[in-house]
Amino acid sequence: MSSSPDLQSSSSAAHEAANPSYRPYHPRWYRKPYPILWWLEKLAYKKFMLRELTSLAVAYAAVLLMVQISALSRGAAAYERFETVLRSPLALLFHTIVLLLLLFHSITWLNLAPKALVVRLGRRRIPNRAVLAGHYFGWLAATVLLFFFLVGS
Amino acid sequence: MAKRSNEPFFWAMFSSGGMLAAFLAPALVLLLWFASPLGWVDAPSQEEMSTKLGHPLVKLGLFAFIMLSLFHAAHRLRFTLYDGLQLSHLSALIATIAYGCATVLTLCAAYLLLTFS
Repeated sequence: MSSSPDLQSSSSAAHEAANPSYRPYHPRWYRKPYPILWWLEKLAYKKFMLRELTSLAVAYAAVLLMVQISALSRGAAAYERFETVLRSPLALLFHTIVLLLLLFHSITWLNLAPKALVVRLGRRRIPNRAVLAGHYFGWLAATVLLFFFLVGS
Repeated sequence: MAKRSNEPFFWAMFSSGGMLAAFLAPALVLLLWFASPLGWVDAPSQEEMSTKLGHPLVKLGLFAFIMLSLFHAAHRLRFTLYDGLQLSHLSALIATIAYGCATVLTLCAAYLLLTFS
């Protein structure tokens, strides 16, 4: 390898040919490698991952709502078939998991609200507890409104 | 000339979708997929339900809920894949797939709701 007669010329191309391992200087970040399942190591990490995975339940709910709208528009028989599928044990078990994930999403999301939302009234800052209570009240109100809208004829 | 980032736009979708889902999704699941089919409540018939959901404002609300929920999920899953499976080197591909799926499903929702009477 070092038999190149051009070595003395010290042109960088020749230098690199002579020393293939040579790289022009640039700093490399030191990153400690960590296991791919790092999020199983601590309870806090597992909760974080579970919180992120609630997004699957959110997407599922949006898609099933679309399926329900489609069944509704295809008539009474199609809607009844959809409702029958919902009554199957497998669907009920699956939707129980979906509901638990969605509740976890709601709770973790609303609990972050005071950190994301700093409300001032004049010079006073509204305390975190009030912001939190406002959001939980909003959740309750939305649930009740939806109940009255979707139940009965 | 710095390229303007798309990140604030997608973050706004993520954030509003998260808020809508937090407020409405548990009640929707409980009412539509437990209480109504199991007869815990006086469930509306197909005809009554179509009338309820057929109102233009309700359709607009449904569209907003579906679209923002989908983009919320796409955004969150994107970063879950980066961090959970150490895939940040595939960020462009994952972002394209995630937002692409959300876009296609949103278009389906728009079609469904526009043709829904």
